[in-house]
Amino acid sequence: MESPKTVWGALASPRYLISSWPWRSYAYLLTSVPMGALSIVVLIGIAGLSALLSPILIGILMLTAFPLLGAGIGWIERRRAGLMLVDGVSSPHAKLPAGLTRRARLTYRRREQASMRALGYSFVLGVFLWPVSAAFAGISATVLLTTLAAPVIADGDQMGMGPWTLDTAREGLVFLVLFGPVFFAVSSYLLGLIAGAEAALARAMLGPRQEELQRNLAELRRSRLDLVDAFETERARIERHLHDGVQQRLVGLTMTLGLAELDLPEGEGRRLVVKAHAEAEAALADLRAAVRGIHPRVLVDHGLEAAVREVADRMPLPVALQFSIVARLPAPIEAAAYFVVSEALANVAKHARATKCEVSGWVDRERLVITVQDDGVGGARPGEGTGLTGLVTRLDALGGTLDVDSPPGGPTRLRMECPCQLGD
Amino acid sequence: MPTRRLSIVLAEDSLLLREGLASILDRAGHEVRDSVGDADTLLAVVRKDPPDVVITDVRMPPGHSDEGLRAAAAIRAELPAIGILVLSQYVADAYLSSLLETTTGGIGYLLKDRVGHVTEFLESLDRVADGGTVVDPEVVRQLLARRRNDGPLAALTPRELEVLALMAEGRVNASIAEHLVVSEAAVRKHVGNIFAKLQLDDGLDRRVSAVLTYLRG
Repeated sequence: MESPKTVWGALASPRYLISSWPWRSYAYLLTSVPMGALSIVVLIGIAGLSALLSPILIGILMLTAFPLLGAGIGWIERRRAGLMLVDGVSSPHAKLPAGLTRRARLTYRRREQASMRALGYSFVLGVFLWPVSAAFAGISATVLLTTLAAPVIADGDQMGMGPWTLDTAREGLVFLVLFGPVFFAVSSYLLGLIAGAEAALARAMLGPRQEELQRNLAELRRSRLDLVDAFETERARIERHLHDGVQQRLVGLTMTLGLAELDLPEGEGRRLVVKAHAEAEAALADLRAAVRGIHPRVLVDHGLEAAVREVADRMPLPVALQFSIVARLPAPIEAAAYFVVSEALANVAKHARATKCEVSGWVDRERLVITVQDDGVGGARPGEGTGLTGLVTRLDALGGTLDVDSPPGGPTRLRMECPCQLGD
Repeated sequence: MPTRRLSIVLAEDSLLLREGLASILDRAGHEVRDSVGDADTLLAVVRKDPPDVVITDVRMPPGHSDEGLRAAAAIRAELPAIGILVLSQYVADAYLSSLLETTTGGIGYLLKDRVGHVTEFLESLDRVADGGTVVDPEVVRQLLARRRNDGPLAALTPRELEVLALMAEGRVNASIAEHLVVSEAAVRKHVGNIFAKLQLDDGLDRRVSAVLTYLRG
């Protein structure tokens, strides 16, 4: 059985009393006592001090620091709530924008709604939660400890436990056996309820709200998108460098060698120049292939359809193209789509034993859809050396998906979907 | 070696390649009338005083996209008598298609590597100047690999397609015969069959039309 993630699940389980949950509850409630006392002392202390100092402005400045104080207490409390909530409480605070000074960062945090909520929680903790925790957990722990010690205490002294009076160690032992388990059971359930309620309150006040969750998700997507974008820019830069630099020089070299061939008489010297010429051409051909793999020029100049057509033309099997995409899409999307198609077609050529293949592309409700279907043997499994894995990550960052349907015996059908716009 | 002295405008933004090309053309006895580094200057120079042939790079300033090709299309539309030889750094039929859309010959599309084969390059240049069509063998190879199940080419036999591909490269019958190791008479027979199967109009240069039909797929 899977272990429960919250005390509520645990309370419903028949194994509650022998699980760690009663002890977690004790730990949570008892640690809230020093935390609550500390919060109220700090809050009242600072409030008093700022009231005292308000005539000289510093006091007012101190008041503005209250939300930060709340945020600090919130930070500790979110960690403490981990005692009761196995998954913890995630932070409601936004990622700080880059390039802020320390002062600006503090201002940013101070103005966040989450900081105000944390401040509110700090007051509740300081005024209400810790006395309740102290009362229930404290009394319960005392009774439990006393009951455990009853045989020893009653041995020397007469001791009164509620309506009972214990005179001897034997009576103490009887009391321990009869009363102890019952008390432990009842108090454990009660404490579990109280600790669970407090942790739920902490989560409600210190955890992220719906819009904060959405914002965090958007931030995550944005940062991944930036990464893809940077990657794309770098590829384009390398391509340009090779194309405008290295390739031109090699072409220049072949021209010079071509002229030299004309001037040289038949013989060993000429033979070597012809050989050098052939080698320079082979290097150029290799370079062209490499540049295409980095970032095909046709994609930049003529868009996805033209670039896909070039790939299709290089295939050893006939590839039918059905494209109805008129507009140009953002560069990272075109690039991702291009590399998906080119990888898919390479796979078809290598593994599928297909006789023909069809690539279709269209836009459906602001989403780019591309399918690649062959009539091959199937049995392709995505992520298994198909080279598509990296592309899935890239598509994911763009908000897109890639599905491969390839039953044994075929055919293989690959479908890529991606929003036509970057971002949300 | 060249049959006549051509007046040429050269458009290439890389100084290195411009110098290399100019020296090759110069050596062959042609006149490089102007060397320009961007598409706008190219258009201006050609409009002012039309040359026999324009040799242009695809990728040119200011955008470093396909400005050279667009300039070539503009020249073709305004001054159809000028031969145009486009040099490209890569095999890309997207560029070729846009060039062929308006044309009936006097066009060449070569990879820059071919320039190093000086004699063949100069022959290609002559053919373009004479109104022929010359397409890089690499491009032809790619086009040959493509969809042949439909369109007017479906009726051709593999051998006839081979002959047509060599025609597209700008070869004359003798050269095709040599390449395929057959007699020139056999090549003439294939060419005749190709013309018949493609149902080409007698009014136009049938050799050019056949090649264009082939290239348009």
